[in-house]
Amino acid sequence: MNSSLLSLAIWVPIIGALPLLALGSERRELVRWLALAVAIAGFAVTLPLYLDFDRQFVGMQFVEMAPWIPRFNVQYFLGVDGISVLFILLNAFVTILVVLAGWEVIQEKVAQYMAAFLIMSGLMNGIFAALDAMLFYVFFEASLIPMYIIIGVWGGPSRVYAAFKFFLYTLLGSLLMLIALFYLFLQAGGSFNLLEWHQLRLTMTPQILIFVAFLIAFAVKVPMWPVHTWLPDAHVEAPTGGSVVLAAIMLKLGAYGFIRFSLPILPDASHYLAPMMIALSLIAVVYIGFVALVQADMKKLIAYSSISHMGFVTLGFFIFNQIGVEGALVQMISHGFVSAAMFLCVGVMYDRMHSRQIADYGGVVNKMPKFAAFFMLFAMANAGLPATSGFVGEFMVILGAVKHNFWVGFAAATTLILGAAYTLWMYKRVVFGAVGNDHVAELTDIGWREFLVLALLAAAVLAMGIYPFPFTDIMHASVDNLLKHVAMSKL
Amino acid sequence: MKTLYLIIPFAPLVGAIVAGLFGKAIGRAGAHWVTILGVTASFVCSVLVMQDVLTGNTFNGSLYTWMEAGGLKLEIGFLVDRLTAIMMIVVTFVSLMVHIYTIGYMAEDPGYQRFFSYISLFTFSMLMLVMANNFLQLFFGWEAVGLVSYLLIGFWYTRPTAIYANLKAFLVNRVGDFGFLMGIGLIAAYAGSLDYATVFAKGGELATISEAVTGWPLITAVCIGLFIGAMGKSAQFPLHVWLPDSMEGPTPISALIHAATMVTAGIFMVSRMSPLFELSDTALSFVIVIGAITALFMALIAIVQTDIKRVVAYSTLSQLGYMTAALGASAYSAAIFHLMTHAFFKAVLFLGAGSVIIAMHHEQDMRRMGGLRKYMPITYLTVLIGAIANAGLPPFAGFFSKDSIIEAVQLAHIPGAAFAYYALLAGVFVGGFYSFRLVFFAFHGEERFRHAGGHHGDHGAHGHGHHAEPHESPKVVTVPLILLAIPAILAGFLIGPMLFGGYFGEAIQIAPRHASIAHMAEEFHGPWAMVLHGLMAPPFWLALAGAATAWFLYIKRPELPTVIKAKFATLAMILEEKYGFDRFNDWFFAGGARMVGRGLWKAGDEVLIDGVAVNGSAKAVGRFAGVVRLLQSGHIYQYAFSMILGLFVLMTLWLNRS
Repeated sequence: MNSSLLSLAIWVPIIGALPLLALGSERRELVRWLALAVAIAGFAVTLPLYLDFDRQFVGMQFVEMAPWIPRFNVQYFLGVDGISVLFILLNAFVTILVVLAGWEVIQEKVAQYMAAFLIMSGLMNGIFAALDAMLFYVFFEASLIPMYIIIGVWGGPSRVYAAFKFFLYTLLGSLLMLIALFYLFLQAGGSFNLLEWHQLRLTMTPQILIFVAFLIAFAVKVPMWPVHTWLPDAHVEAPTGGSVVLAAIMLKLGAYGFIRFSLPILPDASHYLAPMMIALSLIAVVYIGFVALVQADMKKLIAYSSISHMGFVTLGFFIFNQIGVEGALVQMISHGFVSAAMFLCVGVMYDRMHSRQIADYGGVVNKMPKFAAFFMLFAMANAGLPATSGFVGEFMVILGAVKHNFWVGFAAATTLILGAAYTLWMYKRVVFGAVGNDHVAELTDIGWREFLVLALLAAAVLAMGIYPFPFTDIMHASVDNLLKHVAMSKL
Repeated sequence: MKTLYLIIPFAPLVGAIVAGLFGKAIGRAGAHWVTILGVTASFVCSVLVMQDVLTGNTFNGSLYTWMEAGGLKLEIGFLVDRLTAIMMIVVTFVSLMVHIYTIGYMAEDPGYQRFFSYISLFTFSMLMLVMANNFLQLFFGWEAVGLVSYLLIGFWYTRPTAIYANLKAFLVNRVGDFGFLMGIGLIAAYAGSLDYATVFAKGGELATISEAVTGWPLITAVCIGLFIGAMGKSAQFPLHVWLPDSMEGPTPISALIHAATMVTAGIFMVSRMSPLFELSDTALSFVIVIGAITALFMALIAIVQTDIKRVVAYSTLSQLGYMTAALGASAYSAAIFHLMTHAFFKAVLFLGAGSVIIAMHHEQDMRRMGGLRKYMPITYLTVLIGAIANAGLPPFAGFFSKDSIIEAVQLAHIPGAAFAYYALLAGVFVGGFYSFRLVFFAFHGEERFRHAGGHHGDHGAHGHGHHAEPHESPKVVTVPLILLAIPAILAGFLIGPMLFGGYFGEAIQIAPRHASIAHMAEEFHGPWAMVLHGLMAPPFWLALAGAATAWFLYIKRPELPTVIKAKFATLAMILEEKYGFDRFNDWFFAGGARMVGRGLWKAGDEVLIDGVAVNGSAKAVGRFAGVVRLLQSGHIYQYAFSMILGLFVLMTLWLNRS
């Protein structure tokens, strides 16, 4: 199977961003429409990836391979399986929303803002499509730069601190990964080919060392407890669009790393260290759930909620059963929709009130009934209510966890109570009640563009909650293959 | 036939969507017509389905595959048998009555369309719950009714008490759902399916194994987990705390959701799971004890309440306790029978209370009522009927169902049954007392409403046209009351077929060693014989004694209650404080969780992780910050973009040079 669909998914947004930069920020209206056109085109080229995907076929599809740096045997090697394909679609979809969401809010350096998101979108597609470790690494690192800039330029008052914390944390992590990649390159006889690495025999000690190196890189991204403290800061300072991409896509990169690198390359270390991974995941679910409860800043609350939800993802991976792993993947996609929606909702209020403090609100529903209805739906999805996407992944992971070990399932299921508590308590204080103050009294309900963005996400959240079959169906062959692979020792 | 099954849940859903999304366009009348039409269609179809299942047909089929993973096939589908059919009739009938009643009750409310949308959405969710043929959909309906209950308790969202109550209701229910989900998780792990029929078929096998990690007997763990879910939804001790507060919602939903249907979901669920519960005597003992505690101790609280709705609310808790005790005694059919009769007479009591509340201009305190029977004869009569049925006096509906429960518990042999029996008997006296106390307090005696009015109104928004004579409510209110009062009198006569005529057939399974219902069937010689027999049994005399006490204290010597209360001040305080549960939960769980959260955040995140581990680099950040400030002023971002693109180009060129 040969096609250039993946290259298109990567390069359409990146190349499309160039004319924006050339136009500059003088002609804002034109820039916005052009950015939207590029984003839609970027989404359109990913659709065939889903539609033409062969669900029976085990292995990589839409493969592209060309020599890139022959001297080090680095290949421009792309391909997707049932695990990665959905993230490319999710990424392209979210990019459209981000462009729409920044339409009126961003008045400064519009062209650069839009271009940053488009370029980042392309780079992240590259991460999900890369099958050459060096190519992966380049995309992985490069995608940091636009996000760093987005936070640093369009962020809040402490944006410099947040951007730097974000950058240092993630850069530190990935340096160790680079060393691990070189080691594997040498072990594999001078190859960066990931599929070959999956077959590579390794003894236990190097497996564990490489696992730890990868763990540090990926755990920072997820983020897992205790390397999560950069995320609340980054979210608080990032502009709404930045938060959306950060939560919806960027957090998934770490989790994706586990399933593309750690599990298949290091199955024995993965099994050996699984209890630790499960423990860290459960700490994320429970500990962070409690921390989210007491946040006074809405964005921080949602950021902590994200960490807690991502705990389900890493938990699902390391219980090594199909329903757990697929549940984790479903949770990643669902979290993409739900966290994006939650941050957009906070953004809608922030644009009007210029405050994220829960205490500054109260009784928003009186002035913004349409908005309150959307926010209710997303809050319920965040609390994992059935018929929303938020339920599907959590439910699957909990079922898988109970199967793995009753107490693991028990600890994970506390999210049922904690998740509802922090989400709905916030909702109560912000949305319900009598009009809280004069600023709230002046609020106006969402306009049609905001309505459109939230409605698209609402449709996605409900569709995935009511009929998740298509989402899991596409994963089966790949997850099945992965689990078979992980079950085989490489010692 | 399948179309019929689809119409039943989805007609109300369509109504809810239309009224909810296009409420403004279709107007108030449009909203009530479209939802009432949907529920009527649903009711008519339910009657047709009932006729069909009475001929012996059942249906078990799936609608679509929701998901498939790891060998677990999860489907959305319907199981329609006699247990489902009776639930469908109860739900759609009470819902229809409440829809009509709402036209009058909510006439002046600005959220009219929204209200109709919610109650139709509730009807859909409840129907999905009872029609489920698998645990996934059961859980789906379970949470969906919880959601609508949340939305409706907080319907008047500007009132602090309402939005406190709805959050509390949701969270307490989530505690129950936690247990429920654990039960479902164990079923999925050990039975490899969530389909009822498959799981029930494997019941015997599950009863022989222990849970791998904990070593618990599996079937007991599963049943207790599921029952914890029922404790949340059906407000059983100690998860009962949310139900009294849910009275903050408009009265029609108190009748529909918090009396007749949603709170009985737990009773229905355990009955549905009878093939599993029958395998674990430990679980049944747990059930019977929890039920008995709820039945007696919640009834006691009702006697000190002065808010008319709260009396009915505690009465509901107590009656749910009776149903639960019946489940523990393996008298599932008696539990469902009481569920049905209770749905009618409790809906009457709630809607009657609502009618009083409208007449009193949204006054709910009985101390400001009295003598109302003169002004509202229809409401008085229907509430009286409801009270007699609730007290369990023959030959009204409540007598048959409550008496069967008490007898079944008496015949049960599992541990805890003896305690349950005496608790339930004592509860009968208390039930007789509080039921008639309500009637006498509100409708008889001195007319106290002429004094200054209170402000604890049901509607926040709406007026104080006080001091006018109270008057009977309009027809949209009284007609549903009458229509519900009829089955509250007569439904008891279905006892023959329902309990002893094998009505439930295969839907309910009872192990031979738990066969108290079968014993009762041998003694049963028709409803009138049961009435005669009942006149000589203790429950009747206890209920009568309760009624007489109420008469003595509230009509004969109305000055006495104050005296008694002063004399037993401690006891009265314990009851008024509701045994201190609310205070404890607020302090321990709500306060404790916040304390833990703050502790972890400040000590864990800020001091340990950021302070010790990250601080070093944070200082470095300070030093680097000067460099970074360039970002804000200069054009560095543009260079950065070029950098990314340049990166690829440079690497390609440089590394490839020969």
